Amino acid sequence: MTELCDLPGHELARMYRAGEATAADAVESCLRRIEAVDGRVEAFLRVTADDARERARAIDERFVAAEDLPPAAGIPLALKDVLCTRGVTTTCGSRILESYVPPYDCTPWARLGEAGAVLLGKTNCDEFAMGSSNENSAFGPVHNPWDLETVPGGSSGGSAAAVAAGEAVWALGTDTGGSVRQPAALCGVVGFKPTYGLISRYGLIAFASSLDTVGTFTRGVRDAATLVSAIAGKDRLDATSLLTEPRDLADGLDGGVAGMRIGVVREWLGEGVEPGVKAAVEAAIERLGRLGATFEDAALPHADFALSAYYILAPAECSSNLARYDGVRYGHRAADAVDVIDLNSRTRGEGFGDEVKRRIMLGTYALSAGYYEAYYGQAQKVRTLVIRDFEAAYERFDLLLGPTSPTTAFRIGEKAGDPLAMYLSDIFTIPSNLAGNPSISVPCGLDEKGLPVGLQLLGRHLDEATVLRAAHALEQDLGLTARPPLVEEAA
Amino acid sequence: MTEYEAVVGLECHVELSTATKMFCGCRNEFGGEPNTRTCPVCLGHPGTLPVPNREAVERTMKIALALDGEVAPRSLFHRKNYFYPDMPKNYQISQYDLPIATGGHLDIDVDGETRRIAMNRVHLEEDTGKTIHASTTGRIAEAEYALEDYNRAGVPLVEVVSEPEMRSPEEARAYLQELRALLEALGVSDVRMEEGSLRCDANVSVRPAGASELGTKVEIKNMNSIRSVERAVRFEVDRQREALGRGEPLVQETRHWDEDRGVTSSLRSKEEAFDYRYFPEPDLPPMEPDEEWISKLRAELPELPAARRRRFVESLDVTPEQARILTSAPVWADLFEETVEAAGQPGRAVANWFTQTLVPQVPADHAAGKADAIVEVLRLVADGEISSTAGKEVLVEAVGTGRPPSEVVEERGLKQITDLGGVIDDVIAENPGPVEQFREGKEGVVGFLVGQVMKKTGGAANPQEAQRRLRERLSS
Repeated sequence: MTELCDLPGHELARMYRAGEATAADAVESCLRRIEAVDGRVEAFLRVTADDARERARAIDERFVAAEDLPPAAGIPLALKDVLCTRGVTTTCGSRILESYVPPYDCTPWARLGEAGAVLLGKTNCDEFAMGSSNENSAFGPVHNPWDLETVPGGSSGGSAAAVAAGEAVWALGTDTGGSVRQPAALCGVVGFKPTYGLISRYGLIAFASSLDTVGTFTRGVRDAATLVSAIAGKDRLDATSLLTEPRDLADGLDGGVAGMRIGVVREWLGEGVEPGVKAAVEAAIERLGRLGATFEDAALPHADFALSAYYILAPAECSSNLARYDGVRYGHRAADAVDVIDLNSRTRGEGFGDEVKRRIMLGTYALSAGYYEAYYGQAQKVRTLVIRDFEAAYERFDLLLGPTSPTTAFRIGEKAGDPLAMYLSDIFTIPSNLAGNPSISVPCGLDEKGLPVGLQLLGRHLDEATVLRAAHALEQDLGLTARPPLVEEAA
Repeated sequence: MTEYEAVVGLECHVELSTATKMFCGCRNEFGGEPNTRTCPVCLGHPGTLPVPNREAVERTMKIALALDGEVAPRSLFHRKNYFYPDMPKNYQISQYDLPIATGGHLDIDVDGETRRIAMNRVHLEEDTGKTIHASTTGRIAEAEYALEDYNRAGVPLVEVVSEPEMRSPEEARAYLQELRALLEALGVSDVRMEEGSLRCDANVSVRPAGASELGTKVEIKNMNSIRSVERAVRFEVDRQREALGRGEPLVQETRHWDEDRGVTSSLRSKEEAFDYRYFPEPDLPPMEPDEEWISKLRAELPELPAARRRRFVESLDVTPEQARILTSAPVWADLFEETVEAAGQPGRAVANWFTQTLVPQVPADHAAGKADAIVEVLRLVADGEISSTAGKEVLVEAVGTGRPPSEVVEERGLKQITDLGGVIDDVIAENPGPVEQFREGKEGVVGFLVGQVMKKTGGAANPQEAQRRLRERLSS
């Protein structure tokens, strides 16, 4: 049986308007699912059940009054715990912000709240969004609903797992080097990272500002289009947000892929890619070909260097962004410090985990006098070359295609001791963060272990529409019905 | 013995008097209850982002244009990273290798000579908060705790940097006076050194006279008035000359000016200098002003002090020194022009009242808008109703307090008696002896007779007038 919590948001929206269900019903359904599975999945750090119930009732009253509400009205959703929520503790998965209660809302949530969406709670993540397995959270790992012994991916592991397990209908995450698309792939849901600047970063607790992008988790492409449309657009509180025409990205979703020119990034189907991933992606290519898309191999000659450049630029920005956690104004404060330097270093020593410290040190070093040009300067040049690679590719192609991640979900603890192996999880997702282009991970089947594989589609700057249209065509053609065993059992 | 010449460059920080802070909507005003003019953005809360204040960017460009600098077609904010608790993000949003403007110059007058000081750059950044060290001994190192006030954090701060082209402490002073006058004329800042809205660091070195290479540079901090900059530069130049005279090498360092003791002392050496790890601020897009915007700002520039000085000298017959004093603040220059026009008196005569009495004795903000009172006092003196000595007194009181000049004259009994006819007749009738002596040619006696007139009028007569009238009567 299908519970309300397992339906896509657009179906709930229809039912609310047809009087077939209420937002309160949907919220209760999610809360029951959380109750049933979250002890094992551990996707949520905080569940705001009372607020969610109250909000859902208020929205239902407006439906009863026949108000014309936006598509997000009454949809239960979860937010990654790097997105600030007024009055609701927001930790970034870190001890240093364990007690931090933001005095303001991030813009994406402010917009969704305004549109009537219902917040279920805040989801677990790698500390300050640094990680690819969700094992770097100070509050423990998240378990992949498809196999509780495996990771959900990261850093937005909690949001991906929550949507996969039906604990939330929608979730927001953040994608700095793949932190939405990679966990979406590993959890078998749709993860969409729009163009950098399309969604305001105001209230997104910064990891690497020039790369951080708010992204969405949904169980279908149509919902991704609706959710992004609800939060996109210029924000006067974010100087890097782009001025774009407001539009509903769900329009034109059914246009199909006939005539679309798609470039296959051949290097991404070579060494280091699991056979199950390769097979599922190649099968998807065949399907898209039957639907009328044409394929050729695409070259991104500098993509090989993208990972190295990323691991200079992101830590450099992080070393500066995380300097503010010093125990003076908010968050953790070390006890009995003898002076301000002692206060700063002990607060940070106690408050940050190993991966965060590693990246702060990397970044501090990369920006230091005498090293700046060799590291940061050089990495910026690589970034420019990657952007040019994409520009050249998009002269020939409407989209690029490849796997989202070289592997499906790996076992908890498997890579935890080997940062470099972990960093390779994001090797296919990082290039579009460097370029700021939109890309999506859409489920394209299961591997031989029964774990989901994600297909990545990458588009031109601000061409979300084409990315979504192709992803939707593939999704409709595949018609995947498999659900995590946990969901089958709970439903 | 080698003659050493001083080489001085000044780095001034100017707090802009915009309505709101640089990157958030908090009110930008001096003082206030600690931490009341703050918000999540200027407190550096997680997730907040800076949004540039357009007015602050425009004012910075205006300062650059007024200095004849080149506004860059593309400039960037950078992050300057260092840990200090009065800086909420532990980095300052500042500018580095792509400032808003470069070049330009400031003309200064010293001893009647004009020197052109080249400018290095004008850039925009945010101010920090203030740390108050709770120390019973007055020494920071012995403070038990510190308190932070973030009201000032995020206030727009413009850095104006000269080339090292000043050659004496006097030139340093003149440069600061001229820069302050220029900033005031632009109306971009309160430029109050005592409140910290104008702050100045000095880079000082010496070298053998005529040499082209620069000597070892010392940066001096903590001067809080133009006078203390001049004093600190003088002390430092002397110290360096003496050290070199003794054959001691100088070290590149930052030194602290001690106002009470009148000395500088070492704060940190070059080796201990911070590594600020500058990198481009990813939260802010580049600033790319087009020609149209720059031209619009250029057209909005008011008449600048140098031009005004020239005009005062050339068309109002004011001396160059008077012109310098009159244009030291726009309030004085404006009042002066209004007074000349309304009083219909020669510029130089009016200027005397300003430079000798008003400017030295009345605070500029008290004088603002009081042209009517000044004109009235000048008229009273010109009509002989009060003496010019009394005029100075009335001017200071009336302009300083806002009371009407006539009331001050009345209250202090300063009115001169102009109708002396009767008194003169009486004095002549009552002093036949001296009158006779005068008529016989004993000129000196007139002083005695004037004294009698003054006595009879209780001092209210104009003595020159009395003498003139006595002579007139006695020689007829």
